[in-house]
Amino acid sequence: MLSEALKAKFDQVIARYPVKRSAIVPLLLFGQDEIGYISDELVEEIARRVEVRPIEVIEDISYYSMLHRQPIGKYNLQVCTNISCLLRGGEEILEHCRRRLGIDPKGTTPDGLFSLEEVECLGACCGAPAMQVNYEFYENLTPEKVDRLIEELRIRTANGHPR
Amino acid sequence: MARGDEAGEIETPMPETTLATAAETVTLVIDGQSVTVPKGTLLIEAARQAGIEIPSYCYYPNLSLQGACRMCLVSIAKMPKLQTACTTIVSEGMTVHTQTPEVANARKAMLEFELTNHPLDCPVCDKGGECELQDAVFRYGAAETRFMEAKLHHEEKRFSNLVYYDWPRCILCYRCIRICDEGMDVNALGIAFRGARSEIIPNREDHLECEECGMCIDICPVGALTSGTYRYKARPWELSYTGTICNHCGDGCKTTLGVRNNEIIRANNRDHSGINGEFLCVKGRFGWDFVNSRQRLTVPLVRRNGHQEQSTWQEALSLTHKTLRAIGEKYGADSIAVIGSNRTTNEENYLLQRLARTLLGTNNIDHHRTADYSSLVSALTEARATDRYATMDDLSAAASVLLIGNDPTHQHPLAAYQIRQAVRLRGARLYVVNSAEIKLAVRQASVFVKVRAGGEADLVGSLADQRPVPPGLVLNGADKLGALAERLAKESDTIIVFGDELRGAAIGDLVRWGLTLPGRPRFMALGDYANSRGAADMGLLPGTLPGYRAVADPEARARYEAVWGAPVPAGEGRHIRAILDAAQSGEIKALVVFGSNPVKTFQLPEGALSRLAFLVVSELFPTETTACADVVLPAASFAEKSGTVTNTSGQLQWMRRPARGFDVPDSALGPVPTRAEPILNTMRRTGTRSDLEILLALAREFGARWPYRSAEDVLREIIASVPGYAVALPPLLMGRAVATQAEGTPPPLERPDLVFTSRDSLFTSGTVSRFSWALNSVEESKQPHGHIF
Amino acid sequence: MGDYESYMKGSPLEVKVITKRFGLANSTSIDVYLETDGYQALAKAFEMGPAAVISEVKNSGLRGRGGAGFNTGMKWSFVPKDTSKPKYIVCNADESEPGTCKDRPLMESDPHQLIEGIIIAGFAIGARQGYIYIRGEYRYLLDILDRAIAEAYGRGYLGRNILNSGFDFELATHTGAGAYECGEETALLNSLEGLRGYPRVKPPFPAVVGLYGCPTIVNNVETLCNVPAILRMGAEAYARLGTPKNGGTRLFCLSGHIRRPGVYELPMGFNLKRMIEEVGGGVPGGKALKAVIPGGSSCPVLAASEVDVAMDFESVARIGSMLGSGGVIIMDEDTCMVKALLRIEKFYAHESCGWCIPCREGTAWLKNLLQRFHDGGGTEQDPDTALDVSFNILGKTLCPLGDAAALPGISFIQKFRHEFEEHLKLGACPFERRAVAVT
Ligand SMILES: Cc1cc2nc3c(=O)[nH]c(=O)nc-3n(C[C@H](O)[C@H](O)[C@H](O)COP(=O)(O)O)c2cc1C
Ligand code: SF4
Ligand code: FES
Repeated sequence: MLSEALKAKFDQVIARYPVKRSAIVPLLLFGQDEIGYISDELVEEIARRVEVRPIEVIEDISYYSMLHRQPIGKYNLQVCTNISCLLRGGEEILEHCRRRLGIDPKGTTPDGLFSLEEVECLGACCGAPAMQVNYEFYENLTPEKVDRLIEELRIRTANGHPR
Repeated sequence: MARGDEAGEIETPMPETTLATAAETVTLVIDGQSVTVPKGTLLIEAARQAGIEIPSYCYYPNLSLQGACRMCLVSIAKMPKLQTACTTIVSEGMTVHTQTPEVANARKAMLEFELTNHPLDCPVCDKGGECELQDAVFRYGAAETRFMEAKLHHEEKRFSNLVYYDWPRCILCYRCIRICDEGMDVNALGIAFRGARSEIIPNREDHLECEECGMCIDICPVGALTSGTYRYKARPWELSYTGTICNHCGDGCKTTLGVRNNEIIRANNRDHSGINGEFLCVKGRFGWDFVNSRQRLTVPLVRRNGHQEQSTWQEALSLTHKTLRAIGEKYGADSIAVIGSNRTTNEENYLLQRLARTLLGTNNIDHHRTADYSSLVSALTEARATDRYATMDDLSAAASVLLIGNDPTHQHPLAAYQIRQAVRLRGARLYVVNSAEIKLAVRQASVFVKVRAGGEADLVGSLADQRPVPPGLVLNGADKLGALAERLAKESDTIIVFGDELRGAAIGDLVRWGLTLPGRPRFMALGDYANSRGAADMGLLPGTLPGYRAVADPEARARYEAVWGAPVPAGEGRHIRAILDAAQSGEIKALVVFGSNPVKTFQLPEGALSRLAFLVVSELFPTETTACADVVLPAASFAEKSGTVTNTSGQLQWMRRPARGFDVPDSALGPVPTRAEPILNTMRRTGTRSDLEILLALAREFGARWPYRSAEDVLREIIASVPGYAVALPPLLMGRAVATQAEGTPPPLERPDLVFTSRDSLFTSGTVSRFSWALNSVEESKQPHGHIF
Repeated sequence: MGDYESYMKGSPLEVKVITKRFGLANSTSIDVYLETDGYQALAKAFEMGPAAVISEVKNSGLRGRGGAGFNTGMKWSFVPKDTSKPKYIVCNADESEPGTCKDRPLMESDPHQLIEGIIIAGFAIGARQGYIYIRGEYRYLLDILDRAIAEAYGRGYLGRNILNSGFDFELATHTGAGAYECGEETALLNSLEGLRGYPRVKPPFPAVVGLYGCPTIVNNVETLCNVPAILRMGAEAYARLGTPKNGGTRLFCLSGHIRRPGVYELPMGFNLKRMIEEVGGGVPGGKALKAVIPGGSSCPVLAASEVDVAMDFESVARIGSMLGSGGVIIMDEDTCMVKALLRIEKFYAHESCGWCIPCREGTAWLKNLLQRFHDGGGTEQDPDTALDVSFNILGKTLCPLGDAAALPGISFIQKFRHEFEEHLKLGACPFERRAVAVT
């Protein structure tokens, strides 16, 4: 079930366009933000609201790299290794995360807390090496900074902080 | 690829060719050759017209432009880069080169790219031998690849029992998606992922839910989409191909049967010829497999001591003759009745009524009428407008169409396709009057008038007599009818298509009103089955001789008596419901049934035919009716005979008996029946005979000397003597559809309930579809019809 | 939100036109914006009328900052005037070209400047609706922009009858969800229509057939941010900031092996060598410069010997590269050029939409070949094959993403062929042992 707030958001977003289907990608992203992934129910719900067949929503999902149909960790560490970050140690950051979390890219820690992803250019080239945790940018990273961040996120969770 | 949902709002680039008015032309030079084409023509088409081949995959005439495969790159003077011929509109003085080293290199490069992940499994690929990729590599090179990386692989997927998808072979030309979206308006295919991982997906993620028309398979240039009934069965060159006419619905699509060893292996409209072009529905493409069914009747049956037992043709026919003759002598000719078929050929129907009228001496002959063609013929004849029958071709070229009743999407797939083509490619307007929200009304119509169930005739009456619309007739807004009339008054050459909702006088009203519309309005009645129209045209009617001549008319009788050299009874016979009533009451003693299953169609109660003294049935399969028969004659199917059929719009076509494919010796096929037509090397189910052969043999039993040796002989007589059928034979035999022009004043419709459609869906076709594995194998056939949107 | 400081180190050589509010307290608020000449250009635009606005922008020499560098005023003038269809203005904030991170601070620090630019553009072409298409990764910017848009509505700069001009204009944000290709303007429009981000066949161009089949102008964030300044200071004054054919200033993103990476606003035509040395502080660690990609990863790489060039569209084109999106990527002597190219091709293979054959298959081929090559499994033919594959993509794809993948391939292999040969000879990467120290 979608929250009332999300439903209201959906209505508000759909109203922005003369053609409802324009709202598909924003709705998918906002829905995923709340649910954590794109459930079948969400697909149906969006298709219904924007008046398209579910396949048209499904076609979109796999096109966009940020959308996923399976649950992932609470914190998704998305490490950029593209050229500007590569030049400043992006791969080492990724490797560090991999060792630190004990998971491969596209993997999730058994406690469901962290996922790791190698991503393309995040638009943080001048703050390289950079990563995004969910939507938050972390830049000019060093392995130590990453350690501190992971620790902080663990504590945040322990304190019952929402995602 | 814009979807049609917001039709009119999102513009899909469409080939301009179809939209341009041919008035202006453009002259350009391709490879030094001057070419003049209509303005707006695409370069690739202009080149083709000049006989210059520009290879292409994603380009497909009449589908939206993709510019995706880049095979069609050519060099155009003054352009810095190579250009795609499929998206370039010709301009005056354009100079094009299609053979430069740069172009040749580009083609080779594209093929090399196509082959990087493409498996080289041509030897086991269904498409081998007719694969556009294979052909192009053969012609343009790139057979040697420098690709050393591991090929991506995915397992083959079964989208449905009829449609399989092999990802590695897919070159992503998007033809399948477009034909499904744009041509079929089914939108069942999509694309998932992106880049080199892109793949075609079915609408239900792991399976397809669609019309199962197989258009996607047909249009696939490679072996990525394959047919569940054909895959891994044969190499295309092993088959022998014969173009014939599909025997299912009334639209009359051309289909090419691929036959090997006396067995149909596949059907498709290979050369895109005929009235249906590239179109075929699920029945036309897959539904022929009943022909191969093991449940076919192959031995004549004769009832002995209450049991049907195997017999010989000689015994069955002679018994039939003797019994009919005895009953006729004892109880009079009126005690015998004949029920004909709406699938058998015109020639067979013509002979059947000749047999009834001249050998049995009765006009008690009828068939299950699925459209009231008689009333349309009457009305047009009365209005001196017998040039106003619309054909299937007219439909796709129409500027405006008014559809009253029926649901062509399910019952007349070709008519629906033609209407969609007209709307999509020519901007035609569709107007719909229906009691249900049929798909065409929802998706294609400019104005939809929803009427209460059975209200179509009232509505037509109101229009014709300018009467006020009865309250409660129109359900979706009182102003709708006004809007419809107003819009139609501004249209020209509207084609009016109607179903069994209009019968008898209502058709008179429709024609009277319709002819007042601007331009040259034309009409089409929709009836089921391959030869419903032909059954009516050939006089399988109690009061009507072939060509809609009333039996009551002495002149008409005299005319046929002269041709047949025998008297024709004068009194109108019983119609089919009366025949069946009389069979139950005992007035009718003997019933002759050809290719029909009246027990099922008319839902007769158990034992209804038990008072008959004699029932003979010619059939393909054991049915509810053959179960009651005293003699059962195993008949040949459409794929085992030649002859003409007339589609619901009056187009006459030659159904050609397929070659057998491989020379199976005649002896292997069992005893050869009467040589009513050349049989050497043609398809035959051992033990069966065509209805034509049966009728000729029966006539011989009766001692008649009919002058025909083949269907062609009968057809010549039809052409010479049946009004409306005076067509030229050669184009017909060459496979063209020839429009007939029925005219005459047959007696009015006896009872409205004589006309009713069988409400077949896309997946049913009366009795025969019960014996089709393909039609029953798809999930959709198990769901209530109308769910596919 | 980012590590803001690191972007805005600032340089005395900067000419701050569109970054002038960067660093101000509360720079995103409409009040600060109004205090610093905000929305004055809009009022001026209403006085001038659409035709005059278009010609002013044309004369300013403003060229698209999204990459292609087309004259912005000229582009606006292609919108048909005699159409009954609605028209749209779409701001391209999909910023995804590797090496480019300039639109982000523009939106983060000065959203109203962008909004004002969009309204003026809308007024000029007769649009009544605008959308800002923001890449999904910039989710936080949605909040900043939505807030600013709400403020603008509140003060009457958006909505009905703006500033009593009789002009109505609506503006909304829209988010993507991870697809570089959606930065290509026609793919962006498809994406904005809820479809997969496939590019469209051109012509027709969006200015004639764009969003929902209606005339549409797609402009980059930075391009639109310049518009208020142009109207405020006048076309001539603006043009004079740059070179004759390249009006104004431009944001350059210095990244890679540079002492002070950051986004700097410099006049058009600023010398690249000076940019690296004086603005960015040179290559760190006392290392020598090896190569520079001057305009985002899709532009041909320049060898160190080629960097004495004026950064304007023509000068960079003259030496065989492109000014692109302003992403200047600097590589020092320890950079493995095979690896750098591999990483770039990996990106294009990942981002190819898959619509057209040469890009779909070619980028994947290049990536796999280079991966194998870099991993030590190379063959002698590989460099030539890769070169050939690149040429077979070049100029043959539906949209320019194919070229974006082909050009690095060609330039890296042609200019640094010796490094490929070294890999072959060693059977391994010669740079792998000299681990890159991060400063
Ligand atoms: C593959 C590809 C990606 C692009 N990505 C962007 C982008 O992220 N941002 C952008 O402004 N322009 C991008 N462009 C350029 C746009 O297509 C378009 O030229 C630009 O939005 C026009 O705006 P401008 O005239 O203001 O530069 C891209 C082009 C291509 C071919
Ligand atoms: S070049 Fe072709 S496959 Fe690549 S992004 Fe453009 S259209 Fe898609
Ligand atoms: S046929 Fe022209 S690009 Fe495919």
